[in-house]
Formats: sequence, structure tokens, C-alpha cells
Amino acid sequence: MELTDLERHLLNDFQHDLLLTPRPYAEMGERLGVDEQAVIDALERLRECGVVTRVGAVFRPHSVGASTLAALAVPPERLETVAGIVSAYRHVNHNYEREHDYNLWFVATAPDEGELCDVLEDIERATGLPVLALPLLEDYHIDLGFELRWT
Amino acid sequence: MDVSDLRTRLQRIRGDTVPLAAADIALIGAIEKGLPLVSRPYAAVAEQLGISEAQVLERLAALRERGVIKRMGVVVRHRELGYRANGMVVWDVPDDAVAGLGQCFSRYDFVTLCYRRPRQLPEWPYNLFCMIHGKSHDEVHQGIARLVRECGLQRVPHEVLFSRRRFKQRGARYHCPERREPPHAPGEAAHRG
Repeated sequence: MELTDLERHLLNDFQHDLLLTPRPYAEMGERLGVDEQAVIDALERLRECGVVTRVGAVFRPHSVGASTLAALAVPPERLETVAGIVSAYRHVNHNYEREHDYNLWFVATAPDEGELCDVLEDIERATGLPVLALPLLEDYHIDLGFELRWT
Repeated sequence: MDVSDLRTRLQRIRGDTVPLAAADIALIGAIEKGLPLVSRPYAAVAEQLGISEAQVLERLAALRERGVIKRMGVVVRHRELGYRANGMVVWDVPDDAVAGLGQCFSRYDFVTLCYRRPRQLPEWPYNLFCMIHGKSHDEVHQGIARLVRECGLQRVPHEVLFSRRRFKQRGARYHCPERREPPHAPGEAAHRG
């Protein structure tokens, strides 16, 4: 999609340190030389077309609830069906096909470890496949967003 | 999957974190889908929670200070912007070298995430994960070559798992009143890439 200069700046300049002031979008506009409504409209459009997931917070894993990365080795002919079963859980927020014998990778999150384990067991039962669960042990790189290159 | 082993492991991980106050959990629940795109978004969140705008701002500042919030801002989907090569690189490194290599990786801006995760032998020997987003597979491979060369990984087994299709991507939801999504939720369609 074609992006305006304003949209590019909104995407690149505000991935972190969103201002904790009553009117953050007005402050963003001030830095970019446009008014508050122009910022809100542009963010709305970026969200509607899927370039922006949300304007908000990224939480440190394990600080809120329990979560894990997990994988399944799915026979190729069953991949779409199994992916559909996994995606149907509200607990699952990412679900990707990757090039490997373990070809379906997902992240599951729950309010506590008991519910998380229940969900993973449920997925094992529903798919008939063993889940490889790989919870995060240490985080070496804080996701601060990264510089986008436009060319 | 060995559930009791996983449960113990998760409990141990969570044991290291400071529990959140109920008010913080409610606040996180109110903003996990994103802030409203209105003139005073924090006031809108405050109204929903029955607290003041100032309290929302103070609690968010404290959560950011504690590192519970890693960042606040515009959360971008890279694939939509041409970063179509999403490589998860997994390394089998000696346990006592993981932290040092994690630090080394985190100095490269093309490494977007870097984590230590448990091996699950015999199926899964890898204990260090990093994500590299690039505009092409070649670009990701060049990044890996730099890491191998500059972090001293010449003898370390690794694999790169490129993403092929995205079935679902959205922010985490910590409060799940119902277990299943409604069928064909909007915006969750599969993407090929």
C-alpha cells in the first residue's frame, strides 16, 4: 500500500515512548506539524488496513499471566485443518507455518500456568499430535521496535 | 508433552516475578487490545475502569518503570510493510554460553527478539532463539552469517525456520472469557508470504 509521509512518520517515530500525557495524539501531531485529528485519522486507517496492530503496550512475557511458544509437527496434508483448530483458541495469539518438520508454531497465553497447561493438553487431544512446549527462560533483547527502511 | 514438567517450569519462571496488583491487572485487561483512538484515550480507559485519568497515567508509568510494559507506542506488522522474510534462528549452544551470546546478538538491530528457551531432548536440541525480519531470505541469511562470524558461532549447530504462512497474529489476550474464537473472526485470515 502507498503510505503518506505522515503515516511513515507515525510508523517509525512512535514505536516506543508513547507519551503518558492526557492527549498523546495531539503531542504526536505537534511533533509532526499536523493537528490531533489528522494523527487519529491516520492511525485509524493504518489499523484498518492491518499495518498497525494497535497503539498500546507490549508486555514483558510472564509478568502478566503465563505463556509459552509451542510447536507441532503436522503431516502436510493436515496442516490447514490443524492450524484452524489451534487458531480457534482465544489463548493463541500467533500461529505460523514455518519451514521445518515442526511446521506449526504458536504462542499461547493464559491467566495462570494451570489454564495454560490445560489448553496445551486440549490441543494435543484435539489434534492427536504431541505439543513441543518451549517457554521463555531469559529475554536478552527488549523489543523496542526497529527502524523501518522504506526503499 | 510432559505436562507436570511444564507446569513446574512455568511456576519456577513465574516465581521470579513480582505479582501485580488487581488494579494493574484490570488496567492491562482494558488496554491489551490497544488504546482508543480518541482525543483523551487514557480518560476513556479510566472511565471504563471507574478510576481517574491521573490514576491510569500513574499506574502505566509505574508499570513501564518496573519493566512490565516493555514499550508503549505504535505496534507495527512488519509483513505488511515489505518485511516478508521472517526467520526464526535456533542455536544449540553450550548452556554456560547462552547469556553471553544473547548479549552479543542484542547488539545487532536486525535481531528483533532474542530468547533462551529450554531444550526438549531428543526432539529439540536448541536453547537460544532469535528472530530476524528482513525483506528477503538472502538478507536474513546475511544477518545470520554476520552473527556466526562476529559472535564466534562457527562450530555451533543452528537452523533457520522461515515463516511460510501466517494463520493468526494479534496481541496477547490475558483474559479469555470463552475458550474459542468465534468462527472466521475478522482480520484473522491466513496470509501467504
